[in-house]
Amino acid sequence: VSAAGKPILIGIAGQPNVGKSTVFNLVTGLSQHIGNWPGKTIERREGSVPFDGTTLRIVDLPGTYSLTADSAEERIARDFILRERPDVIVMIANAAALERNLYLLAELLMLPAPVVLGLNMLDVAESQGLEIQPPVLAAALGLPVVPLVATRGEGVLPLLREALRLAREPARFSPSRPEIAAPHRAALAQVRGLLASHVPGPYEPGWVATKLLEGDREVMELAHGWLAEGEWRAIQALLGTHEDAGLDIASGWYEWIGRMTCAAVKRPYIEHVSLTDRLDRWVVHPFWGVLLLFAVSALVFAITFSVGAPAQKWLDGAGVEPLRAWVGTALSRPPPWVARLLADGVLGGAGIVVTFVPILMVFFTALGILEASGLFARAGYVMHRFMRLVGLHGKSFLPLFLGFGCNVPAVMGARIIEEPNGRLLTILLAPLVPCSARLAVLAFLTPAFFGSAALPVAVGLVTINLAVLAATGVVLSRAVFRGRRMPFIMELPLYHVPNARAIARFVWDNTFAFLRNAGTVIVVVSVLVWATAYFPGANLDQSYLARFGRALAPLGTALGLDWRMLVALLAGFIAKENAIATLGILYTSGASGAGLAETLSAQVAPATALAFLTATMLFIPCAATVATMRQETRSWRWTLFGVTLMLVIAIGAAALVYQVSRLIGVGLPHA
Amino acid sequence: VRTPDAGSLALLPAGAHAVVQRLRGGRGLAGRLAGMGLTVGSRLEVLQNQGYGPVLVRVRDTRIGLGRGEAAKVLVEEVHP
Repeated sequence: VSAAGKPILIGIAGQPNVGKSTVFNLVTGLSQHIGNWPGKTIERREGSVPFDGTTLRIVDLPGTYSLTADSAEERIARDFILRERPDVIVMIANAAALERNLYLLAELLMLPAPVVLGLNMLDVAESQGLEIQPPVLAAALGLPVVPLVATRGEGVLPLLREALRLAREPARFSPSRPEIAAPHRAALAQVRGLLASHVPGPYEPGWVATKLLEGDREVMELAHGWLAEGEWRAIQALLGTHEDAGLDIASGWYEWIGRMTCAAVKRPYIEHVSLTDRLDRWVVHPFWGVLLLFAVSALVFAITFSVGAPAQKWLDGAGVEPLRAWVGTALSRPPPWVARLLADGVLGGAGIVVTFVPILMVFFTALGILEASGLFARAGYVMHRFMRLVGLHGKSFLPLFLGFGCNVPAVMGARIIEEPNGRLLTILLAPLVPCSARLAVLAFLTPAFFGSAALPVAVGLVTINLAVLAATGVVLSRAVFRGRRMPFIMELPLYHVPNARAIARFVWDNTFAFLRNAGTVIVVVSVLVWATAYFPGANLDQSYLARFGRALAPLGTALGLDWRMLVALLAGFIAKENAIATLGILYTSGASGAGLAETLSAQVAPATALAFLTATMLFIPCAATVATMRQETRSWRWTLFGVTLMLVIAIGAAALVYQVSRLIGVGLPHA
Repeated sequence: VRTPDAGSLALLPAGAHAVVQRLRGGRGLAGRLAGMGLTVGSRLEVLQNQGYGPVLVRVRDTRIGLGRGEAAKVLVEEVHP
């Protein structure tokens, strides 16, 4: 579609939980492009649509309550308006909490872009006993106000039409703007005078002066850089006498909001107990809420793995395995390593990637429904008092819980935690949750090593694992994130029936992100590990991997592990289950007829077995988890930190277990 | 002139109504609370306060959960509904 002239740039702004993404998805449909804001782990969504003879380029801004510099999201939103100069901002507001939503409008109106207000959830407002008249609000604010029911797509076209009209005739935009609280007006004028001609480029003196009075750290630094030392000191002195300005400015905005809404909003004087209030009596109850949360988590867990695991098996059996077999025979002419590379290295890796898809899709469907319904925020609220003990946010509970099934969705699920340190800590801790593959290794090997004592040993090892998880959380949150903890403040939105299209979009975006980013890394790693185990030929015994294992043998003695066990640990990097197969190859080669279980119980001392199992539980996560950690942190440094941390913990714990076992006499080898 | 006898939000029982008198804890906290509707002069209702764990309040049609530490920094004066 060729459209005349320059495309019109529209930013969609709004607070969280207002239906902003629904509007964005409706407008942009399949034209969406997901990238990243420069230097940030936050996604940037953009789409282009032809409209009324021109092209609209639409950018979805992060949902923010305000536009201070306290969070990356807020800085992104305001920098977008200042630097990219959108032709118009469409702000979506939740009519059921109008006053609070208009606080963001007050901040937007100080920036140089015309604003159209989309008033969403009028039906919800009505059910809460509020009567809102959009035309009256529009008249008071002096800007277009378009009623919306985003979930049904109503009002979206009129919204775009109003946006386009403002973009074409920006001169028509003369809204009512909030004024700074009276006691600070003189100071504002003085600061503005001192800034005068020093404010460069996209910034405007009036906005900069207001932000200085608010004590905005980023603008403080900017202004310090623009001004000569003398002028800066004069401004600082002035700001020093108006230290409480920030509080007054905020109250002032709400006074303005009160004036803007007093004629448009009627609040009939009825005692009103909403559905949300009634449900919350149970859902946020400190006992019943926790019980409900455990039930919901168990349900999500059961659904994810009862639907995901068979689908995974089916994909593997019907798709990946036949393809690998076919490649293996079709390319059987020499050199044989080409066929093995494709079949075992490339397709082996691709197979791993593909088999994660069903689990991720089911998990993200459940997570999307919980998030959109308002239940997830409650889960975070209820769990916070427990999770904070290990330095985590309440919202970390569900992703970590899912980690018992698989660490990959646990790491990806951390996306749902907005606060960056909390998200990072969750990503770093998720691989310490014993996943089903590690539990399977444990379930297979403990009976082999310990016979009838298997159950207490297994339970003990899982307990040690969880204790390590908690201790690591405490240490990391104290040491690494010290002083950077964000205060716990969260909105519990009204309960809401989730929108199927929005959930489908959420599932698709997240699953695709895994395929695109982590998928590539997994295939590459799979090829590399395959090569170390395949070359220089003969069998695994002679491979580079085995040589590497032998070279590490001296280190292994402190843990009681021989080179074969070290190789088994390393082979688990592709998939934890590989540890069993590798032990099978290395221990039973030559010993004809003997099963792996018998061989192991005959050859491995209990202290060594304990050390090996401890190391297996805590060792470097599988390649898929590492790739996902990299994808979610967008930082090899943090990924490497996480991996090294686990390596250190695994070696330390295994050494401790081995030495203690020997000391108390568990370690006597079988004669 | 600030009300000297303003008490902490963390001490208000569920069901209480109050007007915010002061916000301690610096600009960062005050700024985040302002975006969610909680400012000096705003009227709130305590929906849940167990004496431990977070405090749930309703302010300007918004339900906000606050950590105990954060709630202690919101100084309020109880009013009768």
